[in-house]
Amino acid sequence: MIKYTLNGKIIEKGNETTILESASKQGIKIPTLCNNEHLTPFGGCRLCLVDVATTRNPDMKKLMPACTAKIGEGQIIETHSSKVIQARRFILSMLISRSPKASELRVLAKEIGLPEDSEEQTPAEKYLFNDAPSIVDTNCILCGLCVRACAEIPMRDAISFSARGMERTVKTPFEKYAETCIGCGSCAYVCPTNTITIEEVV
Amino acid sequence: MQEYRMHLMLCAGTGCVSNRAFDIEKAFNRELEKHNLQDEIQVVDTGCQGFCERGPIMIVQPGDIFYEMLEEKDIPYLVEEHFLKGRPVEKHMYVPKEGDDPIPKLSDIGFFKKQKLIALANRGLIDPENIDEYIGREGYSALAKALTEMTPEEIIKEVKDSGLRGRGGGGFSTGMKWGFAKNSPGDEKYIICNADEGDPGAFMDRSIVESDPHVILEGMAIGAYAIGASHGFIYVRGEYPLAVERIYKAIKDARTYGLLGDDIFGTGFEFDVSVNRGAGAFVCGEETSLIASLEGNMPEPRVRPPYPAVAGYMGKPTNINNVETWANIRHIINRGATWYSSIGTETSKGTKVFSLVGKVNNTGLVEVPMGISVRDIIFDIGGGVMNGKKFKAVQTGGPSGGCIPESLLDTPVGYDTFAKIGSIVGSGGMIVMDEDNCMVEVARYFLAFTQQESCGKCTPCREGTRHMLDILTRITEGKGKEEDIDILLEMSELIGSTSLCALGATAPNPVLTTLKYFRDEYDAHIKEGRCPAKECKSLIQYTILADKCTGCTLCARDCPVDAISGERKGIHIIDPEVCVKCGICKAVCNFDAVRIES
Repeated sequence: MIKYTLNGKIIEKGNETTILESASKQGIKIPTLCNNEHLTPFGGCRLCLVDVATTRNPDMKKLMPACTAKIGEGQIIETHSSKVIQARRFILSMLISRSPKASELRVLAKEIGLPEDSEEQTPAEKYLFNDAPSIVDTNCILCGLCVRACAEIPMRDAISFSARGMERTVKTPFEKYAETCIGCGSCAYVCPTNTITIEEVV
Repeated sequence: MQEYRMHLMLCAGTGCVSNRAFDIEKAFNRELEKHNLQDEIQVVDTGCQGFCERGPIMIVQPGDIFYEMLEEKDIPYLVEEHFLKGRPVEKHMYVPKEGDDPIPKLSDIGFFKKQKLIALANRGLIDPENIDEYIGREGYSALAKALTEMTPEEIIKEVKDSGLRGRGGGGFSTGMKWGFAKNSPGDEKYIICNADEGDPGAFMDRSIVESDPHVILEGMAIGAYAIGASHGFIYVRGEYPLAVERIYKAIKDARTYGLLGDDIFGTGFEFDVSVNRGAGAFVCGEETSLIASLEGNMPEPRVRPPYPAVAGYMGKPTNINNVETWANIRHIINRGATWYSSIGTETSKGTKVFSLVGKVNNTGLVEVPMGISVRDIIFDIGGGVMNGKKFKAVQTGGPSGGCIPESLLDTPVGYDTFAKIGSIVGSGGMIVMDEDNCMVEVARYFLAFTQQESCGKCTPCREGTRHMLDILTRITEGKGKEEDIDILLEMSELIGSTSLCALGATAPNPVLTTLKYFRDEYDAHIKEGRCPAKECKSLIQYTILADKCTGCTLCARDCPVDAISGERKGIHIIDPEVCVKCGICKAVCNFDAVRIES
């Protein structure tokens, strides 16, 4: 049995799950962008960060991604503390700054309480919404769901990440028509910003 | 082995080799043969001896005579005077500063005096390509002791009790890390040596691998025995050809001697090592990225836990340590935890190797006991700041570290003492900066580095460092806004707490420390459009002082963009519209007539 505290509630459980799954069973919604229950967790978007401490060290709080972090004995988990909300607002502001046209991100902003009115924003949020120069023109937020879906569901590996940092993109091998693509549409289905579209080929 | 009456220990580290050490070796051999001394005096190529500033260097043994800045043309005279007539040559001896007497002996030179060698114990004493010389210096005796006299538990206890902490930057207890890997279930385990050093200005690991490759193999074999692994990997930076060559040679020789392979020392223990060359991604210094790269995947970190001790290479329990950590192991086994833990401070034991670079007189590789003050390293060992300039700050820990200002120079070297002032010991880079360095530019430079090396997997490191770089760039261009400081502080804190791996989490450190200790420089850029150090090109202007200019025309002739006009013997003028601020005019002027204004 694993005994842990989730938002003040003590829970005892037998099997090992992630914090995200455990919270979901308790009816607590943690926002995610790079997670899908059928795919290997990625831990990349950082939107699902939660505050984790242990009873041994209750003051040693650490932000951990709920999608990859497993529940553990004596954990004290906070899914919506002010520190967590501040972190999520920052992450989402950066993604909106990257892909301002992605309406899905604006919907999420409302959900997590990230205001669009600059009067209510922090200095960094204000900068990211209004001032920051844009260098990419894409709705792709590099969550990698498409890459994992292609590799793990039809197991075709027709797309993958290419390059690093801000130059990172999702590409087919050598940017040519991917011979292994079977047109199953898994990648488009999982894309959280609807960046991937499917064309009918006659 | 042939015996000689004298050995010329010529440094063949990368620094000296690029200063033509191999040509000097040839010249020595030629001259020795000419005087029929080749059977009496031997030239030995050693690994890096540390005093890179003065290269090519050589130590004559016995006698401990230190020669520096050797040139091919001086070798005939040197051979005749010293080795035939027995009169050491003053011309190539170290002179601390102009007017001082030359210091003949290495052990009397300030640069070497305050150092304490453990990881670099064989520095300058052996030929790194000769396994017999390593064995002659008690090499592989620690492995023999470990395999024949100690149990894995005893080894781990010894390493734990020694207080050794990871020298790659993390500073985690090495013994505890080994304990986790040993206790992790699984019959297939791995050992990795992280030699993917990539910090700008750091060359500790390269030098250790180049100068004493067997010390790594011996440490790894001991670690493998302790945790129950039979295979090890050395992940070495691809841009280190000499290190790669020497580690291959060392592995080959160790196999020939039965020190790697099956049934080592007849104990039934088997262990072998393979080498992987990194392809140039800084993030591979992070252990989970390194493992992903070894597996043939994209080098990107993954979330820990699980730690490599539980699920590492190919999902198997793996123990990964940095080069310098491995180099300490054999000494801990041979001399014991009590001896090792007697060196250093309460929480940081042993020694640390630093590469001392930047605007310091004695550039080089130094190994010092933990607890020594930063001031002692820079001023006693390093000989102070170059050209009599004023010290401003020292950046420790590379792009993940922070800068230490003059007021904190007496901080003792240690993991916790450095963390307290916002920096880190890191892998051991130490970049000295003087009054001419703009601290906003320093922060911008390091952030540009981490931004370029970000793998792009997690949002804060990929996007956040780019935004911070944009803001720092606009400040150095004089376009900063009042709110920029608040934005930088907020982003620094949040990138630090939300990034996936240490690359992102530590990326804001140079910004945070420069903001903390040199806030006035940021303010000068933003509020007054002025760069106090006169380094930021957008904020400075070159002018010629009328009372000093003699009209020699030198600057006008050397100006690459013809921005300088003036008659011979008349005062010259720089056209600010044309000037690209390259600084050549200032460098060539013999009358100190060119000024930078901001």
